[in-house]
Amino acid sequence: MSAIDAGIVPQPKPESAAPSFYSGDQSLRGWLFTRDHKRIAILYTLSITLFFGLGGAAAAMIRYDLIVPSGELATEVYNKAFTFHGVVMVWFFLLPSIPVTLGNFLLPIMIGARDLAFPRINLFSWYLFVGGGAFVVAALWAGGVDTGWTFYTPYSTMFSNTNVYLAIIGVFVTGFSTIFTGLNFIVTTHTMRMPGMTWMRLPLFVWGLYAVSVVMVLATPVLAMTLALVGLERVVGVGVFDPALGGDPLLFQHLFWFYSHPAVYMMILPAMGLASEVISCFTSRRVFGYKFMTYSMLAIAVIGFMVWGHHMFVSGMSVYAAMVFSLLSFLVAVPSAIKIFNWTATLRKGDIRFTAPMLYALGFVGLFLLGGLTGLILAAPALDEFLHDTYFVIAHFHYVMVGGSVMAYLGGIHFWWPKVTGRLYSERLAKFAAVLMFVGFNVTFFPQYLLGYEGMPRRYHSYLPKFQELNIISTGGAVLLAISYALPVLYLLWSLRYGKRSPPNPWDARGLEWQTSSPPPKENFLHPPVPREAYAYDEPAL
Amino acid sequence: MNATVADSPLEEGRRAHLEEQFDEPAQQHSAASLGMWIFLATEMLFFGVLFTSYTVMRVLHPAGFAEASRHTDLLLGSGETAALLTSSITIVISLRALKLGQRGLATLFLLLTAALGTGFLVIHGFEYHSEWEEHLIPGVRFLQFGPHARAVELFEVLSYLLTGWHSIHLIIAVSVVLGLTYRVWRGAFGPDHFTTLELAALYWHLVDIIWMFIFPLLYLIGRAPV
Ligand SMILES: [Cu+2]
Repeated sequence: MSAIDAGIVPQPKPESAAPSFYSGDQSLRGWLFTRDHKRIAILYTLSITLFFGLGGAAAAMIRYDLIVPSGELATEVYNKAFTFHGVVMVWFFLLPSIPVTLGNFLLPIMIGARDLAFPRINLFSWYLFVGGGAFVVAALWAGGVDTGWTFYTPYSTMFSNTNVYLAIIGVFVTGFSTIFTGLNFIVTTHTMRMPGMTWMRLPLFVWGLYAVSVVMVLATPVLAMTLALVGLERVVGVGVFDPALGGDPLLFQHLFWFYSHPAVYMMILPAMGLASEVISCFTSRRVFGYKFMTYSMLAIAVIGFMVWGHHMFVSGMSVYAAMVFSLLSFLVAVPSAIKIFNWTATLRKGDIRFTAPMLYALGFVGLFLLGGLTGLILAAPALDEFLHDTYFVIAHFHYVMVGGSVMAYLGGIHFWWPKVTGRLYSERLAKFAAVLMFVGFNVTFFPQYLLGYEGMPRRYHSYLPKFQELNIISTGGAVLLAISYALPVLYLLWSLRYGKRSPPNPWDARGLEWQTSSPPPKENFLHPPVPREAYAYDEPAL
Repeated sequence: MNATVADSPLEEGRRAHLEEQFDEPAQQHSAASLGMWIFLATEMLFFGVLFTSYTVMRVLHPAGFAEASRHTDLLLGSGETAALLTSSITIVISLRALKLGQRGLATLFLLLTAALGTGFLVIHGFEYHSEWEEHLIPGVRFLQFGPHARAVELFEVLSYLLTGWHSIHLIIAVSVVLGLTYRVWRGAFGPDHFTTLELAALYWHLVDIIWMFIFPLLYLIGRAPV
C-alpha cells in the first residue's frame, strides 16, 4: 500500500509547484458539489463565520441593553435577542466550529488518508447545516423566538406565541448534520488510517475529534427527538410534557440536559486536542503524558453523559439524586485537571516560542481553567441553590465556551492558516489580536462572576441600579472583544492576497499535515507521508 | 496499489466497485458496515427518548395505562408481529442467495420481504381505523370517560408516537427494499458486490427489533384485568 512496507523512507520534496486543491474546478458548481473534504471545510468556515457575525450582533444588542438599569430595549426585543444569540451561537457556531472546519480539513490528512470515509455524506451534512440555519434565520425574520435557547416546557409548548416551530425545525435539521459528521469522523478514524498510523500515534487533535464524534452521535438524537415532541405538542395540543394530561414538564429538562450537558463537551473536547497540537509545537516538546491525555478525553466523553442533573438542582429533584449528580460532576474535573497539568508540564523546560497561535492556546488553558473551577462551585448543590440562574452561571459557561473553545478555535485558525491557504499573515497584528481577545474577554466576563455572586439574575432586560458599574465595564469589554474578532478577519483576508507564501512546514511542526505542500494537493499527499510517534520533536522534521 | 491479489474474477469485481477514497475493498466494506452500525445506534437513541417517556409515564399512571392497553387489538398486533418477524428471515435468505450468485431467488425473497412489511402496515392501518371509530385519537378525536380518561389519552399520545415513528421507518425500509429488488433483478449486485443489500438488511432488522419492544409495551403489559 505504501513504500514504508518496503523499508524505503520517501523524503517529501518541496512541492510548491504541485497543484493545490484550489486549482481544478474553479466554478461555483465545483465548490457547491465538491466531495473534497478540504473544500467542504472551507464552505463550513464561511458559513459558521456568517453565523458568528449574526450571533455576535445579538450579543451586542444584549450588552447595549444592559448599559442602563432600566434597559435600553423593550422586554420582548431583549428576550428575542438573547434567544437568538444562544440558539445561533450554540448550534450554528460553537458546536460545529472546530470539528467541521479544522477537523474536516485536517482529520484525513493527519491520518494519511485521501478523504473522509463518506465524502458525499460530508457534503450532505453541510447542506443540512445551512438548511437548518436558514430555518433559524427565518424564525428571526418572522419576528423572533423568546423561549431562551433551552426551549423549556411548558413555556415553549403552551405559552409562547412566537415562531418556536421554525427554530425547532432549524435545530432538528442541523442536528442531523452533527450526527452525520460524527458518524463520518468515527468511521474515518477506524478505517482510513494509513499503515503505520496506529491508535497510539494519532495526534491528540484526532483523539479529540474522535471523542467528540462519539458524543455527537450518542447525544444529538435525544435532542432532535425531544424537540420534535415539543413541536408535535404544539400542533396537536396534547403530549407527554403536558401537565393537564398528567404529563411532566420536568421530563423535558431531563431529556434536554441529557443532550445539552454533553454538548458542552462537544465544544471543549476538540479544543483540548487542538491546544495540545499548538502547545507541543511551540515548546518543541512531546506532549507530556500522551496516553493520559487520550484516556482523559475519553473519560470526559463518557462521564459527561452522567452529570446532566446538575442543571436541575433547583427544578425539583430528590436530595439523593442531587448528591449523585453532584459527585459525578466533580468526577469530570479529574480528567480535566489531568489535561491542565499535562499542558503545564509540557511547557516546563520547553523552548517556548510566543507566536500568535501559542498565545491563543495559552489563553485557552488559562480561561478554561477559570471556567472549569467555577463549574465546580456550581456543581455543589448548596452553592448552586444561590448561584443558579444568576450571572455567575453566564460567566462560567462563557469562560468555558468562549474563553475556551473560541480562543482555541482562533488559535487553530492561526496555526493552520499557512497550511490551508499557503499564505503567512502579519504575526505582529495576530499577537495583538490574541492579547486583545484575552483582555477583552476578561473585562467582559469577569465582572459577570461578581454580578452573579451579588445576585443579579440572568435573562432580564433590567436590573437593580447597584449593578450598573459592573455592567458598564462588561459592555466596555465586549467592545474590545468585538475588535479582537474583527481584526483577524481583516488581516487574514489581507494575507490571502499580499501575505508571503508559506513553506510546507513554517512552524517546524511534526504532524503528517506538515509533510505535504501548503496548500495540499487534491489527494492530500503526492508522496506517502511517514507516520511516526506523535510529537516527535526530539527527532528532526521530515 | 497492491495488485497481487487481484487475480480472481471475484476480486476484480470487488475492485471495480471501489470508491476513490479507499485503498482496499475490505476497507470499503468495513467502513460501510461500521457506518451503518453507528447509524443504527443513533436510531436506538431516537426511539430511546420515546421509551424513556413511556416508562416515566407508566410509572406515574399505572392504572390508566393498564386500562388503555386493553383497548389495543391483541389479535391484529400478533399478526403484525408475525409478519415482521418472518420478514427478517426472508431478507437474510435473499442476502445469502445473492452471495451465492442465485439472482432469481434473491429477487423473490426481497419481494417477499417487502410484501410482509407492507402487510404489517396494512394491518396497522386497520388498527388506526378502529381507533378512529372508538374516539381514541389523542388531541384530534378523543372521547373517553372514567377516572383514567386523561391517562388513557397520554397512553395514546405515546402509542401514536411510537407506532407512528416506527411506521415511518418501515415505510422507508419497504421503499428501499423495493428499489433494491429492482436493482437485484436487473443484476446490479452479485457475489462480489452486495454491501448495499447487507446494509439494507441491517436497517430492516433494526426496524424489526424496535417493534419487538413496542409490541409488549403497548399490547401486553398490564393487559390482564386486576
Ligand atoms: Cu452541565
